[in-house]
Amino acid sequence: MRVRAQIGKVLNLDKCIGCHTCSVTCKNVWTTREGVEYAWFNNVETKPGTGYPTDWENQKRWNGGWVRNARGKLQPKQGAKWRILANIFANPDLPEIDDYYEPFDFDHDHLKSAPDMDHFPTARPRSKITGERMEKIEKGPNWEEILGGEFSKRSQDYNFENVQKEIYGEYENTFMMYLPRLCEHCLNPTCSASCPSGAIYKREEDGIVLIDQEKCRGWRMCISGCPYKKVYYNWESGKSEKCTFCYPRIESGQPTVCSETCVGRIRYLGVILYDADKIEAAANAEKETDLYDAQMDVFLDPHDPEVIEAARRDGVPEDWIEAAKVSPVWKMAMEWKVAFPLHPEYRTLPMVWYIPPLSPIQNAAEAGQVAMSDQMPDVRSLRIPVKYLANMLTAGDEAPIVTALERMSAMRLYMRALSVDGVRDEGIAARVGMSGRVIEDMYKIMAIADYEDRFAIPTAHREQVEDGADIRGGCGFTDGNGCSTGSQNTYSLFGGKKTKPLTLPTETF
Amino acid sequence: MFANFDINFMLFGVMPYVALTVFLLGSIARYERDPFTWKSSSSQLLRRKHLIWGSILFHVGIITLFFGHLIGLFTPVWVLDMLAIPYGLKQWMAVLIGGPAGVAALIGSTMLLHRRLTDPRIRVTSTHADIAIAGLIWLQLAIGLLTMTQTLQHMDGSEMVRFMMWSQSVVTWNINAWVTVVDVHWLYKLHIFLGLVITMLFPFTRLVHIWSGFAAPFRYLLTRSGFQIVRSRRSRPLEERRRAFDKRQGHSAPETPAE
Repeated sequence: MRVRAQIGKVLNLDKCIGCHTCSVTCKNVWTTREGVEYAWFNNVETKPGTGYPTDWENQKRWNGGWVRNARGKLQPKQGAKWRILANIFANPDLPEIDDYYEPFDFDHDHLKSAPDMDHFPTARPRSKITGERMEKIEKGPNWEEILGGEFSKRSQDYNFENVQKEIYGEYENTFMMYLPRLCEHCLNPTCSASCPSGAIYKREEDGIVLIDQEKCRGWRMCISGCPYKKVYYNWESGKSEKCTFCYPRIESGQPTVCSETCVGRIRYLGVILYDADKIEAAANAEKETDLYDAQMDVFLDPHDPEVIEAARRDGVPEDWIEAAKVSPVWKMAMEWKVAFPLHPEYRTLPMVWYIPPLSPIQNAAEAGQVAMSDQMPDVRSLRIPVKYLANMLTAGDEAPIVTALERMSAMRLYMRALSVDGVRDEGIAARVGMSGRVIEDMYKIMAIADYEDRFAIPTAHREQVEDGADIRGGCGFTDGNGCSTGSQNTYSLFGGKKTKPLTLPTETF
Repeated sequence: MFANFDINFMLFGVMPYVALTVFLLGSIARYERDPFTWKSSSSQLLRRKHLIWGSILFHVGIITLFFGHLIGLFTPVWVLDMLAIPYGLKQWMAVLIGGPAGVAALIGSTMLLHRRLTDPRIRVTSTHADIAIAGLIWLQLAIGLLTMTQTLQHMDGSEMVRFMMWSQSVVTWNINAWVTVVDVHWLYKLHIFLGLVITMLFPFTRLVHIWSGFAAPFRYLLTRSGFQIVRSRRSRPLEERRRAFDKRQGHSAPETPAE
């Protein structure tokens, strides 16, 4: 056993209202720079839809993630190491920027600088790459918002596999859900495995996957390697960038920006202890439907005295072990089994998990005679097909999704009985294999979702990792070029852009 | 003192050392000082069209040419004699391998240069250095192929041996190296001169990615046994932490499953 800790994350899709506050606050903090205008470390997609970049889930096209090869060994789907090296001159699996969208801005200034005219002035779009006029915008970061576009296009959605999708194109049967996405900070990331320079790494202390900007050479294999397409190529700096899990915030015990600002309070952060020795075998599970169970098997129970002992021995700090015991992520993923990894079949063992959404009963006209099993609506009669959710979250295995949805509807029934009738109906709880006490805890964390219950983030132990004398006089967080200031001109001798010296505001009277 | 000054001495006697010094010191300085600018500057994301074919043709061609020149110029003449390889045969090999490689590289380079100059996305995101170096390399390839017209007129290998002598004299600190190439055709001289210019510009352009390109297979295949990289910021490695823990507990290591 080799115990490591990671700050894991759960997103409760049942409560996501698709407001994009996470995306916007994330963008304002991380990707407002030239070269990454098109990049959204966090984005929210309307499902069913082909997403951003278009069709990202179709690994037959993009070759992201891992496969078991003929000899039963795990290798990136884009190829073994030599194959990746052979593609270094031109990566056949790399998306073009148009697969995301061409970044644009509007001529806002025209609205106030336009001369006196017959017609009201308009702000027309302009490309952020070339600066040229764009006559028609073909795509944006959230192009399919609220089921935008024809069903024939949206239904290319990979999660419709083995679903009779035609009926969902009809108005009466249509369904919709939101899927916020960010880097999964996988236990077995394909991006880092694909990097010939060894620039991408997972941090031992908190599991955050980062790109070393000084070691990245722009070979761009990580972009095609990542099946979630959450590594972005900065066309200005020539380096890859990705979600940093807001590590400066996490290190100081604060939630990531997307979690902090989430209006629906759907995001949870907490410590997960895992056994690093089990990762390879788990990612290499023979059947794709076994991968969800295999990943849960990698996680370690923080209440188990043996695990605690091993964690202490491997240097997991005491407050991290305590945090693991109260981790909302552990509770939702492991105790209640309502959260699932996104596309476990990619074999990356992702660490951002999702609670599937409940949805209205499929046909309102039949509401009176809807299939009920033991007073509970059959979750298979909900609008969002269970198979669709299973394709997204459990590699097509419906049973765990059904259990989760049943537990969530049981929670509603139980709490209604409690708050309306004042009755603690243990029968409802027992029917889904839980107790009333557990359901009330579930309600507190999933429905009420107080700040303290959503985030249990221990601070980093700087005394273990840094020598104060070393950082004295250092440059702190800088964008890219470390302490180098470059020359006086726009470009430095070595071609990098000159970094602007920090000018502090002066007081004026 | 300058009575018998010869421009050839400057170009082929002095400039190689200047170029190699700038190349090496410049590369080290950039790697140490500005690692963030050390990159391949790929533009594939912005436009895939013409890049796939252009880049593959160019790179495969030019890497063949690089190793052709490296082996061809720096194999000591006595090694050829020892292996009883006639100079003429070696020159034929150079023509037959270098010719097609040169054509492939030139086609690729033309495609890439055309794309860089005409595609609006690539044009506006190019630096002056990007365009200049692409132009210089295109010119160098074209001149290199043009020298073939001279080469094919004397297939006995004697001219080739002179270039071998020159390059080997340069790297063995022979100050009279330049004399061997004084009276070769001007196309060869221009080719050598441009080569030295490109060597000098190397550290200040995107060409530095060549270092990384050659290093990548070693890093990726040889020095990295598995796929994953985990970095620890903790000052004490895992084994040391475990030993310290066991010592604190006052007992020997508890049994752990074999790793």
